[in-house]
Amino acid sequence: MAEAQTIPGGSNTSGAIAVAAESTTATRMSAPPSFDVADFPVPHGREEEWRFTPLDRLKGLHDGTAQASGGIKTDVSAPDGVTVEAVGRDDERVGRAGKPVDRVAAQAFSSFEKASVISVPKDAVLTEPVRVSLHGEGGVSYGHTVFDVGAFAEAVIVIDHTGDAVRSANVEFVLGDGAKVTVVSVQDWDDTAVHCSQHNALVGRDATFKSVVVTFGGDVVRLNPRVTYAGPGGEAELYGLYFTDAGQHQEHRLLVDHDTPNCRSNVAYKGALQGDDAHAVWIGDVLIQADATGTDTYELNRNLVLTDGSRVDSVPNLEIETGEIVGAGHASATGRFEDEQLFYLMARGISEQEARRLVVRGFFAELVQQVGLPDVEERLLAKIEAELEASVS
Amino acid sequence: MRQCSSPSHRSPEAPMATLEINDLHVSVEAEDSTGGPTEILRGVDLTVKQGETHAIMGPNGSGKSTLAYSLAGHPKYTITGGSVKLDGEDVLEMSVDERARAGVFLAMQYPVEVPGVSVSNFLRTSATAIRGEAPKLRTWVKEVKEAMERLSIDPKFAERNVNEGFSGGEKKRHEILQLELLKPKIAILDETDSGLDVDALRIVSEGVNRVRESGEVGTLLITHYTRILRYIKPDHVHVFAKGRIAESGGPELADKLEEEGYEQYVKGGATA
Repeated sequence: MAEAQTIPGGSNTSGAIAVAAESTTATRMSAPPSFDVADFPVPHGREEEWRFTPLDRLKGLHDGTAQASGGIKTDVSAPDGVTVEAVGRDDERVGRAGKPVDRVAAQAFSSFEKASVISVPKDAVLTEPVRVSLHGEGGVSYGHTVFDVGAFAEAVIVIDHTGDAVRSANVEFVLGDGAKVTVVSVQDWDDTAVHCSQHNALVGRDATFKSVVVTFGGDVVRLNPRVTYAGPGGEAELYGLYFTDAGQHQEHRLLVDHDTPNCRSNVAYKGALQGDDAHAVWIGDVLIQADATGTDTYELNRNLVLTDGSRVDSVPNLEIETGEIVGAGHASATGRFEDEQLFYLMARGISEQEARRLVVRGFFAELVQQVGLPDVEERLLAKIEAELEASVS
Repeated sequence: MRQCSSPSHRSPEAPMATLEINDLHVSVEAEDSTGGPTEILRGVDLTVKQGETHAIMGPNGSGKSTLAYSLAGHPKYTITGGSVKLDGEDVLEMSVDERARAGVFLAMQYPVEVPGVSVSNFLRTSATAIRGEAPKLRTWVKEVKEAMERLSIDPKFAERNVNEGFSGGEKKRHEILQLELLKPKIAILDETDSGLDVDALRIVSEGVNRVRESGEVGTLLITHYTRILRYIKPDHVHVFAKGRIAESGGPELADKLEEEGYEQYVKGGATA
């Protein structure tokens, strides 16, 4: 099933398309989804979902030894009409978009004190984004946030992570019928932070969910963006941009579960890597269940390796249980910024630094444009510049 | 009054630019594991002045392309002896981009694909680096458009990624487009004629001739075949063999090569 590709050393791409086969996506997980951490054995690292992750750098998030100590500052800025509540785990609005799929996510669900429910009433069209800023001050924290967006409401949500933290927190996005939501999640942590998070989106009938995940910082960042559909006609666009530096582990594990007819999904993640032991992992699972006729889906992962010593693992998986679909495809490729490209640009008078900048900017341009918020876009571009400066000096 | 559209930032009193290559020795690290550097250039002497066109002709493996890439500063090649000076400045001390900014241009035999970078962005960045300031947007757009028209390059190319998916002929025209826009002092054309059909060869040659007519460029035309010399008339012809210039003459030397080939230069001696 695996397709071999010609890719540079230090990277690994394997992909699979399973047609009408037994559900490999589900069986590859070592335990079924659950809210209870006790349902998941402590991982040892050979499980399919953990085989790329450096467990010893998770600071105990995976084995129950990480005791919550606070140390995270949360600011929510919400436009008028948006409500912010702190609720218990038994609140009926918590947990609708999906269960935790691994032990770390279940640990977060079992350990958070209060969940935060941020609600956008139906028909409300927000003119300003909802901004959630989390600034780590060095402690261990667990969290849970639900964005409940009513029918035909329109909202932009920006979740920003900075500072130093050991954090496992899940985020739910529940979209009513016809709702339009754009989420930008920025992981701009200090290089010491550990962050795990499962993002579950439940996309209502004819609703549109767009997610832009941007990961720059952290020692280990491991995100699971997941989408399911509550009715036909839903659309999900999942974009991601990561810049993995020396020593960093950045892992994005996506699942789009098409279980409803006539829904669409489009996934595009791009990453640049530089420095020794920079490690990026991208897993893209798309499941088209037997009932999901009329599905249209495409997923793509591109990686740009800027220096030797970094590693990419890119694994797209497409599982199709019905032939009556509009389209389904995936692509994954890892390219190197090669000496010959550098020579070519420099032979036209362009300095080495400017040459790298040109290539990386061009590589990320289409994704940065997806953000749609000038201040965030500018920050991303500045961040990319800063990463590049760091690589040259 | 502001000076209008000065093509380059050469000071008007600058003397004729001269590239002087003296006793140049170049080695390359062997690609297989047999180890040890291999000497490819074995004492090249050549002087190219602004306004002159020198054709360097030679058999495969004689070191022609090594000369081109060494002058541009490709890291694969190690200079083991000799000197290269542009107007007295030591070219060998310069980085690749410094050489380009000093006025050395290499049109490559195999131009490199640069994904994610559009031709228009690339050309403008390059022109900005070479000219020392960003060209005024309005005049620049016109300048590029006209240059592309002269080379029969589809305007859509401006939005494509550099050399990505270009045919062989498109890549060569794109190289000459850069030559026209960057207006170097010394243009090295490495087998620009290879892989071109007659029409493309004519278009590319006309581009080179337009640049030559300015009288401001010294051209080093590296080729295996005499075919391109029907379009671009050299002032001097040099036969390259075994890593050095074996014979120099006027245009008539090319005619002799056309008839007799390179055999007399290849036989009798160590293989290159």
